[in-house]
Amino acid sequence: MGLMDLFKRKSSGDIAKDRLKLVLVSDRANCSPDVMEMIKNDIIQVISKYMEIDAEGLDIQITQTESEGNNGNVPALYANIPIKDMKHPNASR
Amino acid sequence: MSEVIVITSGKGGVGKTTTTANVGTGLAQLNKKVVLIDTDIGLRNLDVVMGLENRIVYNLVDVIEGNCRMKQALIKDKRYPNLSLLPSAQTRDKSAVSPEQMIKLIEELREEFDYILLDCPAGIEQGFKNAIAGADRALVVTTPEVSAIRDADRIIGLLCAHEVKQTELIVNRLRMDMVKRGDMMNINDVTDILAIDLIGAVPDDEQIVISTNQGEPLVGSDCLAGKAFENICHRILGEEVPFLDLEIKSSVWGKLKEIFKKN
Repeated sequence: MGLMDLFKRKSSGDIAKDRLKLVLVSDRANCSPDVMEMIKNDIIQVISKYMEIDAEGLDIQITQTESEGNNGNVPALYANIPIKDMKHPNASR
Repeated sequence: MSEVIVITSGKGGVGKTTTTANVGTGLAQLNKKVVLIDTDIGLRNLDVVMGLENRIVYNLVDVIEGNCRMKQALIKDKRYPNLSLLPSAQTRDKSAVSPEQMIKLIEELREEFDYILLDCPAGIEQGFKNAIAGADRALVVTTPEVSAIRDADRIIGLLCAHEVKQTELIVNRLRMDMVKRGDMMNINDVTDILAIDLIGAVPDDEQIVISTNQGEPLVGSDCLAGKAFENICHRILGEEVPFLDLEIKSSVWGKLKEIFKKN
């Protein structure tokens, strides 16, 4: 690797490899967008029982994560759920 | 014992037909009795790549429908006495044939040939199902591009589901100059992602275009792609052949440029 590479961004070959790995995880998991949408709606329902969340900003996807054993990467469901208010308006505690 | 090998890829234009032509010719050069079957009904191509387009009388669909005997449809390649081609029909579509009919046709050919190579159409529909129905072994062709690799992954899954026992990978159209500067995935990247055994890597080579123009497979010739296909044939026969060094020997000027790029 040359000096200039230190300042350069990631090579396009590496970008391709990373993008492919991600897309293949969801391809192989056989999760259609419909199924993902159903999972998303269920998550909204459950979390909404306990706190007020931003349903519009909720994002879920299947990615890869390092497994705790030594069998490399495993698929993981990643959910980013923005919380509007920790206290639910209807919570009675 | 004869072996039935399907050459498939999912994506179109990655080199299935070129691979079929070259591997088939290469195996014939190694004194095996080989028949090539073009299963791409409606989009006949293997005949032109082989340079046998002027000798077609009957085709695959004629044999299946009983319009002629197998012997009448098989075209013997005059350059290689061990090599025959069963061309596809140009004016029909994929639904003209069923997987059961393909299996029956292949069983008939098994008696006469050592290797039966099936050139599979692109896609995962009827044509693909016909082509893989009778196959013992599959060669999955891909290029180092995201679209081709994604489709190859899907194909590997389908081959597994259809119980094709042995599936091996050919990485085609590698550009070593681009791999070197990190702008193309290398062979290891591709095999890592697809997680199947590699049976060959073929460099992007102008000679392929030239040989296709002339209708003469280049396997065994002195260029890198010709050597790569020859090695694939030896590996199909079970021989262990080291992988080619695809590095292009750079000129003094090329080396100078490299030094300047590095600093």
